[in-house]
Amino acid sequence: MALTSTPNGTTVDKTTVLSSGARAGIDTADLKPGLADPVHESQTLFRHLLDAMARPGRAVDLETALDAPTPLDPATAAVVLTLCDYDTPLWIDWIADTPPVRSYCRFHCGSALVERPDEAAFALVSDAENMPRLGLFAQGIDQYPDRSATLVVQLPDLEGGPERVLKGPGIATQAVLRAGGLPDWFWNDWRLNAAQFPLGVDIFFTSGRRIVGLPRTVLVEG
Amino acid sequence: MYVAVKGGEQAILNSHKVIAEERRGDPAVPELTLAQVKEQMQLAVDRVMTEGSLYDRDLAALAIKQAQGDLVEAIFLLRAYRTTLTRFGATLPIDTAKMAVRRRISAAYKDLPGGQVLGPSYDYTHRLLDFALAAEEGVGAPQVDMAEEPVDESIPRVTDILNHEGLIEEEVAADDEARVADLTREPMEFPAERDMRLQNLARGDEGFLLALGYSTQRGYGRNHPFAGEIRLGEVAVAFEPEELGFPIEIGEITVSECQMINQFAGSAERPPQFTRGYGLAFGHCERKTMAMALVDRALRARELDETVDYPAQDEEFVLYHSDNVEASGFVQHLKLPHYVDFQSELQLIRSLRRRHDEEQMEAAE
Amino acid sequence: MTMRSENGAGVGAPAEGAGLESLPGSGSPPGGVPAEAVQAERQRWMSVLAKAQLSELEQAWDQVEERPAFQWLRPPEIGMVMVRARSGGTGGQFNLGQMTVTRCALRVDSGATGLGYVQGRSKRHAELAAIFDALLQDGGRRAVLDEEVIRPLAAAYDRRRDERSRKANSTKVNFFTLVRGEND
Repeated sequence: MALTSTPNGTTVDKTTVLSSGARAGIDTADLKPGLADPVHESQTLFRHLLDAMARPGRAVDLETALDAPTPLDPATAAVVLTLCDYDTPLWIDWIADTPPVRSYCRFHCGSALVERPDEAAFALVSDAENMPRLGLFAQGIDQYPDRSATLVVQLPDLEGGPERVLKGPGIATQAVLRAGGLPDWFWNDWRLNAAQFPLGVDIFFTSGRRIVGLPRTVLVEG
Repeated sequence: MYVAVKGGEQAILNSHKVIAEERRGDPAVPELTLAQVKEQMQLAVDRVMTEGSLYDRDLAALAIKQAQGDLVEAIFLLRAYRTTLTRFGATLPIDTAKMAVRRRISAAYKDLPGGQVLGPSYDYTHRLLDFALAAEEGVGAPQVDMAEEPVDESIPRVTDILNHEGLIEEEVAADDEARVADLTREPMEFPAERDMRLQNLARGDEGFLLALGYSTQRGYGRNHPFAGEIRLGEVAVAFEPEELGFPIEIGEITVSECQMINQFAGSAERPPQFTRGYGLAFGHCERKTMAMALVDRALRARELDETVDYPAQDEEFVLYHSDNVEASGFVQHLKLPHYVDFQSELQLIRSLRRRHDEEQMEAAE
Repeated sequence: MTMRSENGAGVGAPAEGAGLESLPGSGSPPGGVPAEAVQAERQRWMSVLAKAQLSELEQAWDQVEERPAFQWLRPPEIGMVMVRARSGGTGGQFNLGQMTVTRCALRVDSGATGLGYVQGRSKRHAELAAIFDALLQDGGRRAVLDEEVIRPLAAAYDRRRDERSRKANSTKVNFFTLVRGEND
């Protein structure tokens, strides 16, 4: 009965997806608390996420005191807690796919955890170097471009990587991003992603308490 | 080109004040409390919950007070509020066989297990205005007789009784793990399956469904219905929280249920038998469930190989027009300024009229 | 079960709390008895707590002497669940409409996790249900709390239900047939 429709229209049976064992419930023994004041904090966080998407490339400090389960940074957990809920299937990459993180996401978000990237509305990537190619996530469909995935990609830093110049809506002239820890293919894939607008994925890069928004409208140079 | 017109702000603010005053009525009369609405306008509350598609008596009472008793407006308010709430998940299907029955009647069988329990109903009143209710001292606290014993713990469904003879189609879930359509999450698609149709009808406008149901009885639809069974009572609601991994009861809701039994002459695939139409609603909404059951049956035409000749059998017609929030929104949007639209229409009509007049003159010459 | 002061170290939480393994009926009856028995018990008391009236819960809470300190895992939150039903009562599922629900989760200092899921929008109701749920997982307190809180609440609920049902039953029709038109 616990079924969820995924962005690409396929159907996920939560009960089978979740059952690495039985329908065992969630082990709450070591569960970390979520947002202390969920309504107001998630509203504040959501405002920050909007700002990040509206000003692509510009780092936004989420100012969150969240105690996130390893290996998640506070910003990563904050984005997931703010955006994911019962209606949004979540895919977690293999490094973050630990019982504490699974419990954390299931308990605080209520999201179904899915095995395949293309079934997810949100994807949590903690090991960016080994992340799946962007085309493997839900891209949306012509009638419903919104049925694409939003990726939350945790990076070691947002300053130490190679310089990229970004242009597009929300950027007055140009923005410079130095995201570190991305795979070699990433910006090539991003060009393909941007080329298929209005379809394509959106990304939040996270690191520590900060995030950078990369909506599908962003064009990259160099 | 759009031309923004400003200047209505003060007028709108003052209109809010006027509506607040109108709603309050004569201040010499005590103000209505939500408890009074909830306790003494129960059937209005039930309709607002059903069509507002949110079971919460207090919120429905508030919506009714705020809307000055305009139930369609109250339904709109409740639907709007609902969008602000997070969804935790879906419940296990409620089991109406385990209902704590307060009313249960069948028009198909006189003597049936569990008996005919009339419960609260206006059916057996004389429909004469009762001036006792207008008396200044009110009605106090009416007393009800109590039987020695409660109603039977589990009352068999009339349809199950017919099932024993194999004379009625069976209702079983073909695939209980199948995804359940949800209009709050996905747009309507045609052909619409029964899950989507029933959800649509359950929150559909009672007046619209009543008229359609009536039309099927008057010949605009080929079915000969019997009210197989009507029930009113309380059912437990069970939910399985993710974190528990097993279901728990989280409350109890009142529902009305109607099982309509319809004659069916048979088709290539099915022998002659009775078919069913189903109606279910929050609270005490018996008329609604009866109408819903008639329309549900009519909409099964495609599935039962019947030709679709009448409005009640036409799923696009029924499902696209049943929702009073949508309907009222689209009808009432005509009140919004259409000044520019209208100016262009005016020009068009003027030029058509000019041409018409010229042609008339030419013809006359 | 003994009370522990360290978080997470309480034996009760994983064994009798949220980590229960199977649904009733899905496990083998002879094998996994303890977990299932506790699960059935917990289902029962959570149901009683959810269906109790707030005033009754407050009254019961007033009588509790040893009140635990607790930490919110999830502060009370108002939301909804989609109520499902079956076509014809027994057929395929459909969505009838939603219902307001308030939920919360807390961890008492013994380590047990208490969960409240209650119909309606009372945060206090959810909170009290969760605290009692946590306390009832403490084997040392269960018997007393069951006797003094759960049973009376269940009895009050049954009384309301019985009263309603007996009123309904006063409207049950007793048909009798009049014989007429008989030939002499």
